[in-house]
Amino acid sequence: MNNDYIVSLIKEDKRVDERKLDEYREIKITHDVSKNAEGSARCKIGDTEVIAGVKMAIGAPYPDSPDEGVIIVTAELTPIASPVFELGPPSEWATELARVVDRGIRESKAIDFKKLCIKEKEKVWMIFLDIYPMNDDGNLIDASVLAALAALKSARMPKLEEDNIVYGEFTNEKLKLNKLPVTITLGKISDKIIVDPDSKEESVLNARLSISVCDGNIHAMQKGGSDGITIEEVGAMMDIAIKKEKELRSIIK
Amino acid sequence: MTEKRVDGRKADEMRDVEAKVGIIKRADGSAMFRVGETIAIAAVYGPRELHPRYLQNPETGLLRCNYDMASFSVPERKKPGPNRRSVEISLVTQQALSSVVDLSQFPNAVVDIFIEIIQANAGTRCAGITAAALALAHAGIPMKDMVSAISVGKINGKIYVDLNKDEEDVEDATDIPVAFTGRTKKITLLQLDGNITKKELDEALKLAGESCEKLNKIQEKALRECYKNE
Repeated sequence: MNNDYIVSLIKEDKRVDERKLDEYREIKITHDVSKNAEGSARCKIGDTEVIAGVKMAIGAPYPDSPDEGVIIVTAELTPIASPVFELGPPSEWATELARVVDRGIRESKAIDFKKLCIKEKEKVWMIFLDIYPMNDDGNLIDASVLAALAALKSARMPKLEEDNIVYGEFTNEKLKLNKLPVTITLGKISDKIIVDPDSKEESVLNARLSISVCDGNIHAMQKGGSDGITIEEVGAMMDIAIKKEKELRSIIK
Repeated sequence: MTEKRVDGRKADEMRDVEAKVGIIKRADGSAMFRVGETIAIAAVYGPRELHPRYLQNPETGLLRCNYDMASFSVPERKKPGPNRRSVEISLVTQQALSSVVDLSQFPNAVVDIFIEIIQANAGTRCAGITAAALALAHAGIPMKDMVSAISVGKINGKIYVDLNKDEEDVEDATDIPVAFTGRTKKITLLQLDGNITKKELDEALKLAGESCEKLNKIQEKALRECYKNE
């Protein structure tokens, strides 16, 4: 597809797939896509598809928070999802993706880490949240956040025996999420703002801003792309993000 | 062989299987193959330019495979990324498939196959190969034959097809992953861990061959399904 064509359409408030500028593609979430995971989910935004899984382990707390559990988020941009992803250690894109997901969850205090303490200074729950994109058609960030929240929300606590995990056996308890901080990614093309850029639009984005929103509050932001954006544009993007929060949240429920 | 297995199957009975072609739009070819609780997803990219360039072959294209297990696919979390096991499986997967593809019209190019196991309950390399063969066909890569793979094994002196994790974990169980080509009935993957007599191995391979014939039909049906919908 011709990049100039995408830009010229957007200048007329139109998009290649006939969406409105502030319209998401269809979003679908499926729970429990992997049985050995404590929690797992698949999120599709249009043709973009991400699988997230939660595994729990027991480890030592960080010395500066001896009575708090730990979450570790990783993202693997495996080459299954796109012709441009390569094998090897996590790329800067994978690292950014993982950290953006992590910050949204952490900063909104979605998880009560104190409840994940087993024995102060010695043993706490460690939550491994791993993100695997399966098809990259743009906006992996929002899809990853939704998949992550759905996976965390459905995660079952494993059974403990003398403070050791019995893998494959679960208590009736779930990993509780106090909040559902969704992330809305906006793009700037020419002087227009769009939500949920697909991969064709990503290739012509001047700038990108991902905003993590929870109950109207903003908990994390990440700018991408090389062009600058004005304060007014950031303001307009925040307005859209706050407006879109409910819509995304209702999908996770 | 009337003895029931832990999940109630007969000795020559595979777990419930499911195949779907065309699941990753961005890829040139893709497929999902599920056997019991094991789920493999495969994507094919290419033919495309091969990097690093010193690997390029002016005579023919190269088939490259990568097998990976998602960290959450197993009961105890697996550290993401490659390890010695996955490197070996990637290699045998490539060898299991390379004889059926003809890349002579793509000099200097590579066809990449990526396999991701998103849920594991034994038999993952075979599920990966079966999915990968479907993805290659879906990508339109010239193929002389189809490949199907299944594991057979011996538990307490008896031969069974498609061991699940509980069976695979039985002490002294012998595990034999096998791949067969569909038309020419040639074995393109054969590995073995355990202890087995020649007679038993004959029986096991025969069982694997019969099972792969069944898989071959399921693969063909999945490919037809995919084009029916287009």
